[in-house]
Amino acid sequence: MARAQSNRRIAVMTIIGWTIGILMFFPIFWTAVAAFKTESDAYTLPQNFLTTPWTLENFAIVQERSDYVRYVVNTTLIVVLSTALALALAVPAAWSLAFTPVEKPTSRLSGRAWLAIMLGASGACFIVLYVNGWKVSNFFVGFGLLMLVVIPATIWVWTRNTPGTLLWMLSTKMMPPAGALIPIYLIFNRNGLVFADWGIVDLREFNLMDSLWGMVLLMTLLNLPIFIWMLFSYFKEIPVAILEAARMDGASLWNELFRVLMPMALPGIVSTCLLNIILTWNEAFWSLNLTNKNAAPLSFFISEYSSPEGQFWAKLSAASIMAITPILVIGWFSQRQLVRGLTFGAVK
Amino acid sequence: MGSITLEHVNKSFGTHQVIPDVNLTIEDGDFVVFVGPSGCGKSTLLRLIAGLEDTSSGRILLDGQDMTDAGPAKRGLAMVFQSYALYPHMNVYNNIAFPLKMAKLDKATIDAKVKDAARILNLTEYLERKPRQLSGGQRQRVAIGRAIVREPIAFLFDEPLSNLDAALRVNMRLEISELHQQLKTTMVYVTHDQVEAMTMADKIVVLNAGRVEQFGTPMELYRTPANRFVAGFIGSPRMNFVDGAEATKYGVHAIGVRPEHITLSTTEGAWAGEVGVAEHLGSDTFLHVTCGPLGTLTVRAEGEKPLSHGDKVWLTPQPGRIYRFDKDGRTLAAA
Repeated sequence: MARAQSNRRIAVMTIIGWTIGILMFFPIFWTAVAAFKTESDAYTLPQNFLTTPWTLENFAIVQERSDYVRYVVNTTLIVVLSTALALALAVPAAWSLAFTPVEKPTSRLSGRAWLAIMLGASGACFIVLYVNGWKVSNFFVGFGLLMLVVIPATIWVWTRNTPGTLLWMLSTKMMPPAGALIPIYLIFNRNGLVFADWGIVDLREFNLMDSLWGMVLLMTLLNLPIFIWMLFSYFKEIPVAILEAARMDGASLWNELFRVLMPMALPGIVSTCLLNIILTWNEAFWSLNLTNKNAAPLSFFISEYSSPEGQFWAKLSAASIMAITPILVIGWFSQRQLVRGLTFGAVK
Repeated sequence: MGSITLEHVNKSFGTHQVIPDVNLTIEDGDFVVFVGPSGCGKSTLLRLIAGLEDTSSGRILLDGQDMTDAGPAKRGLAMVFQSYALYPHMNVYNNIAFPLKMAKLDKATIDAKVKDAARILNLTEYLERKPRQLSGGQRQRVAIGRAIVREPIAFLFDEPLSNLDAALRVNMRLEISELHQQLKTTMVYVTHDQVEAMTMADKIVVLNAGRVEQFGTPMELYRTPANRFVAGFIGSPRMNFVDGAEATKYGVHAIGVRPEHITLSTTEGAWAGEVGVAEHLGSDTFLHVTCGPLGTLTVRAEGEKPLSHGDKVWLTPQPGRIYRFDKDGRTLAAA
């Protein structure tokens, strides 16, 4: 009786599970099917994908119209370089946060005093800008205003305790990226806030708009907080005595990091890198806004087929499939490593 | 050579002073044990010598050379940690070879030294294993092996036996003592276990709240403790303290008698009492005797004593073995 009941329960749960699974997978399935249909068949409703002919023409057209390889190269460069750069910055940062934590803020000023200082600095900038009619053409005035805001902010960050620093890093991920779009656009842009003709030096030619380096830098900075947080939590699991033993054994800082710490945290480091690779590969918001030709990655490539002239479902689908296949393959082969790395602390 | 000298060493964490002004000289070849209750600063003192913590003020001299600001690697010391601190991703061979690789010795020399250390420590057949495949005692030996291949001027041990079970602890205690006989290198050993301190040390440093209460040979500390703290800390079971009227008879604030210096009788004696708990060990019997206004005194009687809860007994302190302490806990001349 009890067994019959539990069998029925399992059957119901299985059906519900599969239904939800199929519903969730359906858009991807539809994309995959549409990629292999002619444009008119992909458009026609009701769709009957079993009887309409299969074709590879979309892939050929997409490859012909837009150079797929170039986008793959761009994406790969951005992904690899930004991950490497983020790793190089995050390992020392996480190492110092995890093994030499600061318990109390080292500044004696209260939070209210800091708020007053920063509001004051911003207010002073506001007044100078207002008096100058919102235009700064003198390099030194511009640089001075920048420092007026940057220096107190830097000191504030510098004097936080470890939990404060970590929270600050995470807080940068709490702001919606759209909120930062205008300032970053103005920073990246030619004749913007930075890459302008400052009289003594003309920076216009060095602008970061639609440049690989700009994207690498931006992706690095976007993912750095998560990178540091993840490495921090992996490093926390490592007993500090082992690093002290290495120090006693005569290991230089370099050897301590590369021969002791990093091999021990390897599962964590690998899964952090994988997560970062996946996030960067799929990133669309900044890519669509800050690139268009030279540095355009695969997300831009997909969006090319959603144009004002109309939606080309079949080609859009083909482009999507081409864009997600490489990362899907990487994800598939690394899934065990990813899961192991992400549950590292939880199951130990 | 391996003498260690601490001159006016201070250590504070923030405003909290952990080590207030320690002066200490450890002679070359001595086995010195730092002992004290937990939180007394003994590990911190060891870490200051190791260079893992910076001194707030004062000087640390190794072989007469000022090493106060030198990094841990530069001091030529080797340390064995409580948690062993083996490198989990390396096998035993590479764990022991690590300090030699860091010193950039050639492969043949490293190989010879590692095999030699493995032979001394009976680790030869485990060289290919990872630390997680070893027992606690074997791990401890790997940690010691990693320390001896460096041929340090002194060994530092930070409670190395506290993670082992009781039987293994006694074995390792002997092994470390034998190692000291063999190598004749200075060893500084931190423990909270006064039995370890008494059995292993040439000299003991008793620490309390960061202060050195007394520095001397085990027997000096046992026979002539400098103060009430040392008297109570050294010896097992611990010394009985009596204050109040009984102490006034001896003209002091408090008196102390060790359990082994009390004569037990079932018929007569100086202090009458009633057995509370009797601990029969076979070789000895420990009796916890309630003696009215004197409180509960512990007595150690040799051999088997057929006494149990509620029995009437008389205790007599052995003359010349009564310690007298003044108001501040300092030891006065014995009565």
